[in-house]
Amino acid sequence: MKETFWEKNKRAICNLALVLVLLAAVIAIDLLAPTTSMWFSVLRKVFTFALAAVSMNLLNGFTGLFSLGQAGFMLLGAYTYAIFTIPVELRASVFRNYGASLIQFQMPIVPALLCAGIVAAVFAFLIGLPVLRLKSDYLAIATLGFAEIVRGLVQLQNFGPLTNGPDPINKFTAPEHIWIYALIAGTCILLIILIVNSTYGRAFKAIRDDEIAAEAMGINLASHKQLSFITSSFFCGIAGAMLAMCNSSVSSVSFTTSMTYQILLVVVIGGIGSISGSMIAAFIYYASSEWWLKFLDLETYTAAGARVPLLGPGFRMVVFSVLIMIVVLFFRTGIMGTREISVYDFFAKLFSKKGGAAK
Amino acid sequence: MSERPCVLHAENISMQFGGVLAVHDLTMDVYEHEVVALIGPNGAGKTTAFNAITGVYEPTNGAVWFCGEKIIENHPQGKMKKLYAGGHNGEYRHVIAKTPDRLTKLGMARTFQNIRLFKSMTVFDNVLTAKHLRRTSNLFTAALRLNYKEEARQRKETLELLELVGLADVKDELATSLPYGKQRKLEIARALATNPKLLLLDEPAAGMNPQETVELSEFIVEIRKKFDLTILLIEHHMNLVMDISDRIYVIDFGKEIAAGTPAEIQSNQRVIDAYLGVADDE
Ligand SMILES: Nc1ncnc2c1ncn2[C@@H]1O[C@H](COP(=O)(O)OP(=O)(O)OP(=O)(O)O)[C@@H](O)[C@H]1O
Ligand SMILES: [Mg+2]
Repeated sequence: MKETFWEKNKRAICNLALVLVLLAAVIAIDLLAPTTSMWFSVLRKVFTFALAAVSMNLLNGFTGLFSLGQAGFMLLGAYTYAIFTIPVELRASVFRNYGASLIQFQMPIVPALLCAGIVAAVFAFLIGLPVLRLKSDYLAIATLGFAEIVRGLVQLQNFGPLTNGPDPINKFTAPEHIWIYALIAGTCILLIILIVNSTYGRAFKAIRDDEIAAEAMGINLASHKQLSFITSSFFCGIAGAMLAMCNSSVSSVSFTTSMTYQILLVVVIGGIGSISGSMIAAFIYYASSEWWLKFLDLETYTAAGARVPLLGPGFRMVVFSVLIMIVVLFFRTGIMGTREISVYDFFAKLFSKKGGAAK
Repeated sequence: MSERPCVLHAENISMQFGGVLAVHDLTMDVYEHEVVALIGPNGAGKTTAFNAITGVYEPTNGAVWFCGEKIIENHPQGKMKKLYAGGHNGEYRHVIAKTPDRLTKLGMARTFQNIRLFKSMTVFDNVLTAKHLRRTSNLFTAALRLNYKEEARQRKETLELLELVGLADVKDELATSLPYGKQRKLEIARALATNPKLLLLDEPAAGMNPQETVELSEFIVEIRKKFDLTILLIEHHMNLVMDISDRIYVIDFGKEIAAGTPAEIQSNQRVIDAYLGVADDE
């Protein structure tokens, strides 16, 4: 009985072990690294965008719906979270241009995060009905349009008492510890993994593989697409709230279409249809663009005092773009394709190879 | 025949694409436990008739009943009002268009002429996915694994079904990596997983060699008995059709040209002219 339990769950158990090791590493960094360390700002971003990418993957990769509304849903989540977590006594100073804040209470982090997800999900529900009838490119354009409309709307003076108009919102609760970010993203990604591997996940994949066959097997296309869209947007909203925490300030100008493209890039680099791929790609992408390649933006001088050519502001993005092109050219289906990381299979392969060599 | 309940009753079905009348006033009945074949030369409109019956297309005119319930009804609308070239115009006033998924839930399942398996999934998952429609779970209970009993039952049933059709040994392989004949079988197994009353097969023997075709006809007879099925099939392999059908409808240019038992069809001059003659030449 014991053996069958292990046999059945060995991959999950080994992956869980990996997650625990990583979590321990995050806590260790949190406790031991100097406060000036790049680890803090980079890891916060990595966790935020890992969640954004995985939730985009749920929709684009697993259900095959090419939506580009991520920035819009993240904006909704970020604003919701920020508005609900400003301490009551600070509201007057934040909303000084609009007299007072419409909302006069403060929520703890977890309910505020849930609200962020729910607001994004409600908007997804509303626009999903008309928009999800559209096919591929048209769906992408419609969702892109939605994101821009949302961005324009929150800046309106009329919504000032709620959204602070074009002025940024700040002074809301923004946790410092990176393990908090790891925990939020980890919990959400775990839920997405559970969904993808459930009967609903299979239905989503069926729709992606062949809509006509899926429908003929009794899967209602409209309701399942809607379900996937709402779920993905819910987690996107939470990722938006995390982004608000990272920046400790929310302003509609930062939720541009190029942010959606960044997330799309992470999904494509990681592998469309691979959750662990999205997470690995999020780490590589943000660690290199925000940290490892930062030196390229500095004007550097050799020991002899001559300026190193090319290095200077903006050069980082050139190198970065070239690297991305190389990755996409050499890994046609992203780093992971549609596979997932399996610690067990990795070690099993490693040991079987070694065993083979010994003989 | 007529004392048996009627599973499928299609009445004056017409399907017109622009100026092409692909199906023309087709009427057919399928009674419980029957195997009925729909045959005709290439391009006769057989697949289109299937699509109109299973909700993939809305027929231009006509109505369909399934187990006594009216599932489809339509009449020419919009531009079609002027263009419509079929008959029985004005006899059907309602518009009923159930989507394919609802018809599958009611107990109709089908396979496709050009195999449509879920290509990223294993053989096992292809069949398991077809059990999704009988779920009682919602997204929350499924994500939190509160439906583990149902899931376990579905997995057990899937395995049993795969053993029955002889695909258990390849259950963990990618569906599209199977040889052609097995893919066809898998498509039938997937349709069976939805617990149908009526199974519609669109050219199940296409691309099979004579040996495989004989096996397939035995297989169809076997599953019909085991699952208490009524079967409507399209097929070009005449041996298979004549072997296993109780009745046959022959269509040409979308219109019925003959109907009857295999013996009647084989000796029907119009059928020989339109279809069997052509087939012999090939
Ligand atoms: N969606 C469509 N739009 C326009 N014409 C169509 C469409 N579908 C089918 N047709 C036409 O309807 C006619 C019947 O096609 P159908 O596929 O039903 O034939 P079939 O009897 O299944 O032939 P086969 O034995 O080759 O499978 C053909 O002339 C085809 O070109
Ligand atoms: Mg056909």
